[in-house]
Amino acid sequence: MKAVLDRIKQGEILVCDGAMGSLLMDRAKEHLKGTCPESINLSHPEIIREIAALYIQAGADIIETNTFGGSPLKLASYSLDDKTEEINRAAILAVKNASSKNIYICASIGPSGKLLKPFGDTEPKEIYESFYRQIKVLVDAGADIISIETMTDLNEASLAVEATRNISSSIPVIVSMTYESTSRGFFTMMGTRIEVASKRLEDSGVDVIGSNCGNGIENLVLIAQEHRKHTQLPLMIQANAGIPELREGVTVYPESPEFMAEKCNGLISIGVSIIGGCCGTTPAHIRAIRNVVDQRGKKLLKT
Amino acid sequence: MDILQQISEQIDLGDDEKVYELTATAIEQKIPVKRILEEGLLDGMNIVGKKFKEHDIFLPEVLMAAKAMNAGMELIKPLLLSGNIPMKAKVVLGTVRGDLHDIGKNLVGVMLKGAGFEVIDLGNDVSPEKFIETAKREGAQFIGMSTLLTTTMPVMKEVIELLRIENLEGKIKTLVGGAAVSKSYAEEIGATAYCYDGSNAVEYLNSVI
Ligand code: B1M
Repeated sequence: MKAVLDRIKQGEILVCDGAMGSLLMDRAKEHLKGTCPESINLSHPEIIREIAALYIQAGADIIETNTFGGSPLKLASYSLDDKTEEINRAAILAVKNASSKNIYICASIGPSGKLLKPFGDTEPKEIYESFYRQIKVLVDAGADIISIETMTDLNEASLAVEATRNISSSIPVIVSMTYESTSRGFFTMMGTRIEVASKRLEDSGVDVIGSNCGNGIENLVLIAQEHRKHTQLPLMIQANAGIPELREGVTVYPESPEFMAEKCNGLISIGVSIIGGCCGTTPAHIRAIRNVVDQRGKKLLKT
Repeated sequence: MDILQQISEQIDLGDDEKVYELTATAIEQKIPVKRILEEGLLDGMNIVGKKFKEHDIFLPEVLMAAKAMNAGMELIKPLLLSGNIPMKAKVVLGTVRGDLHDIGKNLVGVMLKGAGFEVIDLGNDVSPEKFIETAKREGAQFIGMSTLLTTTMPVMKEVIELLRIENLEGKIKTLVGGAAVSKSYAEEIGATAYCYDGSNAVEYLNSVI
């Protein structure tokens, strides 16, 4: 299979998968009581495999692993940190076994859940070592891409990039930040602007810059536009299916597959290279996005 | 500038050492503890809260301010507790299961303590069972729940339903708050009261005890 970065360089738009959490809740609600989603990798890998297969059928080129909270620091709150290796390895295996089709396995790395000193009480070394331990397993088990995502603190994201680079100098690294829309523009929770994030991530040697979560598709089009102004690196965008609402006790994400896919035209015009979905998106969303990408992508390749 | 104003200003600047020193001086000067708390520490946090809401400052500044406030609280807490005012009522307080946001909940805790309530703070990620067990064991009249995530709001409902099952509805009253929660949601799940911030929670508690 051609390297993912080469395909992007040639102007191809790749489709990534959608949410894991909500599909997992539907299928494994009773297994999730009192534990974390990552534990399902060990206890019921067939469910993870099934979800990956659904996204592959829907047309995703890139499948993320169920390892968002799989760092030992995160797993420790469920007393599962001593299972870090097994849990992350099983996650890669589940995606590998999902289909015979060629897809890229993208290892998801979420925030450590700790705040760095001086704001919080955690030393950089502790967070670095936690990322290193998780990423090492994922790379050794056969991840094609490392995606450090839903980040709000550039310092924390940089520690994960550094850990990845010390494990492999060649594996493609994506850093995807989460922004909030304010009256003064987009900022991460820690107060970082898109311009600043773009510059610092470029300097830290990442291959793809992105944004995911926190917003529906319309805000993510604006975020992509702002990123494009400040970096020439390829972009990756994964929007939520809107902001969750609670309707009669059930969490509902309001944006339909058709709505999101239609707005993805905006991302394509900006030149976003990887488009996927975050919280609340489903295989139906990814299929709709696949269709829009195929239609537009063909046109772009011709011209 | 009077010393209480200085405390407030140093909280805004996030300087925990200065706040500690100034609080110690204020105590030496025999300024009533309640005034140090309200006109110094909490006043500073209010200013920080307003700036945060207007996106003038971000999380790092809020966290530094909270640290500075805690430095002052450390000195004040024993005095608040040893004050001859008997504790008005017991409140079991926590952020619900699945939610780790505790900055707002901590502020509410400080305000309740400052107003003379005994607060049993269970921290964050608190299971419904733990809220209820603790309230029963401690003989608390109130359970205060905080959440900032839409996805964890239903946990508040679980607590209220468990109270109903255990025939404790009404005997243990429930206060809910946090950015995700609204008055109408509180009514929908049958919470005793919705409080939009710490002083509102104090007002409510004072009105019912
Ligand atoms: C009992 O009676 C009462 C009465 C009144 C009560 C009460 C109880 N509790 C509160 N009150 C009231 O009184 C207080 C004083 O006035 C007020 O308390 P508040 O807590 O509302 O206000 C505080 C004083 C200040 N406000 C805060 O402290 C929250 C600020 C924001 C920036 C925020 C923070 C700080 C954090 N976060 Co998070 N975070 C955001 C927030 C966005 C924002 N700009 O508001 C929000 C809440 N976060 C969000 C999200 C999504 C997340 N966060 C996450 C993580 C974090 C940090 C750890 C980084 C950090 C928390 C640190 C900590 N120790 O608390 C993740 C969840 C982790 C988890 N399981 O909990 C994560 C899921 C991100 C991710 N994808 O990983 C969003 C929630 C969206 C939603 N509606 O569901 C969010 C609105 C940001 C956004 N725009 O997307 C009142 O509400």
